[in-house]
Amino acid sequence: MQVILAQALLGLNVGVFYAILSLGLAVIFGLLNIINFAHGAMYMLGAFIALIGYSLLEQWFGISLQVGFWASLLVAPVIVGILGVLIERLLLKRLYDLDHIYGLLLTFGITLILQGLFANYFNVSGTPYPGQPEALSGVVNLGFMYFPTYRLFAIVFSLVVCFATWWVIEHTKLGSRLRAGVENPDLTQAFGLNVPLMVTLTFAFGAGLAGLAGVLAAPIYSVSPLMGADLIIVVFAVVVIGGMGSIMGAILSGLALGLIEGLTKVFYPPAASTVIFFLMVLVLLFRPAGLFGKEK
Amino acid sequence: MFTNWKQGLVGAVATATLTLPLTAAGALSDDKIKIGVLSDMSGVYKSLEGPGAVIAAQMAIEDFGGSVMGKPIEIISADHQNKPDIGASTAREWIDAKDVDMITALDNSSVALSVQGLAKDKKIITMNTGAGTTALTEEQCTPYGIHYVYDTHALPVGTATAMVKNGGKSWFFITADYAFGHSLRDNTGAVVKSLGGEVVGNVNAPLSTNDFSSYLLQAQSSGADVIGLANAGQDTVNAIKQANQFRIVQSGQKLAGMLVFLTDVHSMGLDIAQGLQFTTAFVWNQNEETKAWSNRFNERHGAMPTMVQAGVYSAVTNYLKAVEETGTDDSDTVRAKLGEMTLNDMFVKGGKIAPNGSMLHDMYLVEVKKPSESKSEWDLLNVISKIPADQAYISMADTKCSLVN
Repeated sequence: MQVILAQALLGLNVGVFYAILSLGLAVIFGLLNIINFAHGAMYMLGAFIALIGYSLLEQWFGISLQVGFWASLLVAPVIVGILGVLIERLLLKRLYDLDHIYGLLLTFGITLILQGLFANYFNVSGTPYPGQPEALSGVVNLGFMYFPTYRLFAIVFSLVVCFATWWVIEHTKLGSRLRAGVENPDLTQAFGLNVPLMVTLTFAFGAGLAGLAGVLAAPIYSVSPLMGADLIIVVFAVVVIGGMGSIMGAILSGLALGLIEGLTKVFYPPAASTVIFFLMVLVLLFRPAGLFGKEK
Repeated sequence: MFTNWKQGLVGAVATATLTLPLTAAGALSDDKIKIGVLSDMSGVYKSLEGPGAVIAAQMAIEDFGGSVMGKPIEIISADHQNKPDIGASTAREWIDAKDVDMITALDNSSVALSVQGLAKDKKIITMNTGAGTTALTEEQCTPYGIHYVYDTHALPVGTATAMVKNGGKSWFFITADYAFGHSLRDNTGAVVKSLGGEVVGNVNAPLSTNDFSSYLLQAQSSGADVIGLANAGQDTVNAIKQANQFRIVQSGQKLAGMLVFLTDVHSMGLDIAQGLQFTTAFVWNQNEETKAWSNRFNERHGAMPTMVQAGVYSAVTNYLKAVEETGTDDSDTVRAKLGEMTLNDMFVKGGKIAPNGSMLHDMYLVEVKKPSESKSEWDLLNVISKIPADQAYISMADTKCSLVN
């Protein structure tokens, strides 16, 4: 029983990262109809901004400034969000009239460029992030296991971010306007709302979420140019299972699949890395729109 | 990948037949000696071999005088990225187009096996300092392959024996999922069983895993006395750090790092690593001779040498000696000379290169110091005991190498 609880908690730990990343993907897909393959690179970028801000500003730019972990939680998503604005305004915008596949290929290319760029300057196997706050460096005794305080923090923080995002989109005026923009852009524009601006900001928000996840992941996993590439395929599977464009679907399936992966490690460890894809195949066969998606 | 490798090998054999060396004894082909350092320059093994190995090779050449028989000695290096196909294609380019005479470093057993196989067909000596698998000198031994610093037989002889004798009877392995990890796990398991212990479980983790927590929990729930880490480099560091985060050692299980390098201990810090026992071929501050060389290395590299970096220096030096004494770079002649020599330098005392390519030398069981015992940044290890060469390495009577029996 102890083992099951322990692996479940670790699974949840992985699950919150799936959730927050697939949420960003789902927001972008739901509102913009873009399959953003650069999402993993945005996540990686968030982690690197935290790392550079903490330990390399002085060495690289001669600025004697250290951006700590808490500040990075704000700074990194903003910078990644701005990059998102640039990508959307300068590149993606030109492709809206074309098939989905063009946006996918463009964002995949951006991913390869960003990965190559960082692999040129950083260790591919990962650089440890040294800036984990002192207050979170301890260990909590949960009875069934000792669990690092930081990981608990990451779980709680991510859950708050995920559900806040869901609430904003589903239950506020801003959210209802966004959804209106998706349903019928022309009509919404006729009501005087600036739809292109909403689209840009939504993309920036999705990218920012990935950047935030990157900062949260930095102290747990080493910061590496390939950290996003390792995760993005699983996250796409999560989105497919949850249902493309479903906000709550992305969050719940992210958490659930993390848990399932963790529990598989108890019962049949060799299957842990493939169980998500197995479920994806089943979902595609029997509910092609995903568990929470609507058939079109 | 395997088909490519096989096709490449066929191609390599064909090319080799066309370009049989025309070197006459008493001369150097292409009027120079060129040494290739093929290592992981960007991945998990970068800090234990990588750029430091290039510096060690440069130091060896400089200390040798920069030339042999009046001809220049050159060095070339590249990143094999831990990929056997990339390693083999780089080695092929070096040998065919760049006249490389000897290839060293070759950390990562999968890369090492593929390059050593290629070098056999090309009749080029490989002096492997970085890889661990005993297959290099056993099942896949070649007339030109030399395994210089350590192997997966020598490591558990020291570490596993010591741990089992101290009561660590049951073992659970976390294994790096490729040739090296499997070889190390199997050899360690054999040592444990031969001393009356048992192996209760194993889990394979991919190379360069960031998060070992779930593997560690599996190991914890197995209830084994010892968690054996059959991995290396950054993987070992991550596993030990995370075992500390999850209080695994404090809960009563022991960790056994089957392959630990000085740089790993340095990066973990003494607070986390103290008391860890492992087997090594080289301790930089063991005597005045090793200290003098290591300090010179540290000035250029910014870190003290690992055993494999020190091994590169020794391997290159002894290769150059053999070339000078025989007056040729013909691989058969040089290899025969290396087999006759007794190797004595700051790295090795009384070393012998056996017919299967294994360099037989003493190893050391060491323990990481407590923070209070350490006098300087790199003063990290206490030597507990010496493991004589005849115990550490597979004897010529037992070897499976077809060149011997």
